[in-house]
Amino acid sequence: MADIRIDGIRKAFGPVVALEKVELHVADGEFLALLGPSGCGKTTLLRIIAGLETQTEGRILIGGRDVSTLPPRARGLAMVFQNYAVFPHITVRDNVSFGLRMTGADSARIARQVKRAAELLHIEPYLDRYPAQLSGGQRQRVAVARALAIEPAVLLMDEPLSNLDALLRLEMRAELKSVLREAGTTTVYVTHDQTEAMGLADRIAVLHAGRIQQLATPAEIYSHPATRFVGGFVGSPPMNFCELEAQAGHVQLGALRLEAPQNGPVVLGLRGEDVEEVAPDQGFPLTVTVAEPMGSHTLVTGTLAAHRLRVVVPASRLPAPGETIHLRPLPGRLRWMHATTGAALEMS
Amino acid sequence: MTLRRGIFLSGVAVLCAWTLVPIWLITLGAIGGRAAVDSWPKSFGLGHASLETLASFLRIDGVLGSALTSVEVAVLCMIFSIALGAPAGYALARYAFRGATTYRLMILLTRAFPVGILALPLTVGFIHLGLYDTAIGVALMHTALALPFAVLVSASLFQAIPRELEEAAWVFGCSPVTAFRRVVLPLALPGIAATSIFAFVISWNEVFAASVLTVRHRTLTAYLLAVLSESPLHVQFAGGLMLIVPSVLFIFLVRRHLFSMWGIANR
Repeated sequence: MADIRIDGIRKAFGPVVALEKVELHVADGEFLALLGPSGCGKTTLLRIIAGLETQTEGRILIGGRDVSTLPPRARGLAMVFQNYAVFPHITVRDNVSFGLRMTGADSARIARQVKRAAELLHIEPYLDRYPAQLSGGQRQRVAVARALAIEPAVLLMDEPLSNLDALLRLEMRAELKSVLREAGTTTVYVTHDQTEAMGLADRIAVLHAGRIQQLATPAEIYSHPATRFVGGFVGSPPMNFCELEAQAGHVQLGALRLEAPQNGPVVLGLRGEDVEEVAPDQGFPLTVTVAEPMGSHTLVTGTLAAHRLRVVVPASRLPAPGETIHLRPLPGRLRWMHATTGAALEMS
Repeated sequence: MTLRRGIFLSGVAVLCAWTLVPIWLITLGAIGGRAAVDSWPKSFGLGHASLETLASFLRIDGVLGSALTSVEVAVLCMIFSIALGAPAGYALARYAFRGATTYRLMILLTRAFPVGILALPLTVGFIHLGLYDTAIGVALMHTALALPFAVLVSASLFQAIPRELEEAAWVFGCSPVTAFRRVVLPLALPGIAATSIFAFVISWNEVFAASVLTVRHRTLTAYLLAVLSESPLHVQFAGGLMLIVPSVLFIFLVRRHLFSMWGIANR
């Protein structure tokens, strides 16, 4: 078992900078998700950890050992690729045992660990088949089993679920979580799907434009986004933002007078579910444009002055388009951000 | 649906006829003897089939020897083409290097030089190098003809193998060389086999360079060109058949092998 230390990793492809001086520490046995939109550098960072890409600057330490210049095979890690990369010309059994055979493990150990990995991923019935005879979900399991069979200190996963259909993805997500908890492997998991990151990870690093925007637990990321980007990227629906003008330490939102952290232009961030409906003079008005009943709740899209907001109301409530509802933020759930930098502002 | 099926089947029939009818006519000419060649209208059945012409053709002095030379040249050409072409194809497929596109074009341009113009300088050069009238000399010339094909086809072969497979091999304990041997090579092998067969056939069928570059150690094509121009028609047909059969057989045998490997035909 090992921790991963990413020490000032910078990566430039010619004039294009993919990663800017990234600092990150993944604790032993931790499940860390690298979350971000496509092109944010998350896959590049993962490939640098794996040794498939060479960093422009910086060091990678795995278990305290500097692996920056080592080839992938010498880094003591396993990887699950986005398209699985299961070898098509050998059987599932040979795929799963591939890593062990390459390191020259004895046949008893190979048999034991292949059996264990196959049991864990429920692929024993397919061991003697070829990958072409398997479905996408089964191939995905083979890829994970191949990675776990070598009992790696570090497991890297590059969007392993993105090629599965929605139902299978949900099922595999839960399964992955329990399998990896059992194995106790230090895991770095790249995804652009925030629900995947929220559901699986101990901690999430949100990447944007080659920088880590926030590194925190899923709950913290959700409720206390460090930047406007994080708030807008994480959560469904994403956080609402209102650009407001603060005077004398307060902003006016409908009938509400809210305390602001600083004067001048500020951004108010509000999660859609952090509101309650109140009497007309108790909150701010929202003119409903669309109401979508989601079963467990109703998603309401409306406008407040020039701002478009998405809020969540109980399933029993279904306001008609054009109707005005009055809302009040739940106490302590408002977030403030700097109008230009987007960085979170704390109440002084 | 039936209409489409009808069009499909007639297309298949036309293509088959396009290839098979000439081969069949040559076969008839070869085994039917002088009578079959001279008769008109042609009969498509085996009238007076006999292997007499073929047998007498094989008894012509030097035919067997030149056939062996042809095989030797073709095998050498096959080995050279793959040994030079496959690494070049791999480089084109995997590495972005300056001038890659130009390189691709230049490879094709080697086919733009007519062998006729090169014949004299080549002959002189080969005489100086001691390669004139040797199997290896002709094989080198044939390699030059087969190489563009070998490079471009193997490039597309390697390109079709996902890079992630190689990367996965690296992660799971392979050095670049073992990864190539364990993962890339087995996947590319059917294609490489096909490429080498094509190189073989190109060499087997080539006649001009082989005629120019040899005097005594002629390949079968060159030898037949020299010897058969004076022979009666049915003997010429026999010679034609002897040239066609190995190419067709070789491709046919390997084709079955190619398609059965890893169910590529069923994909």
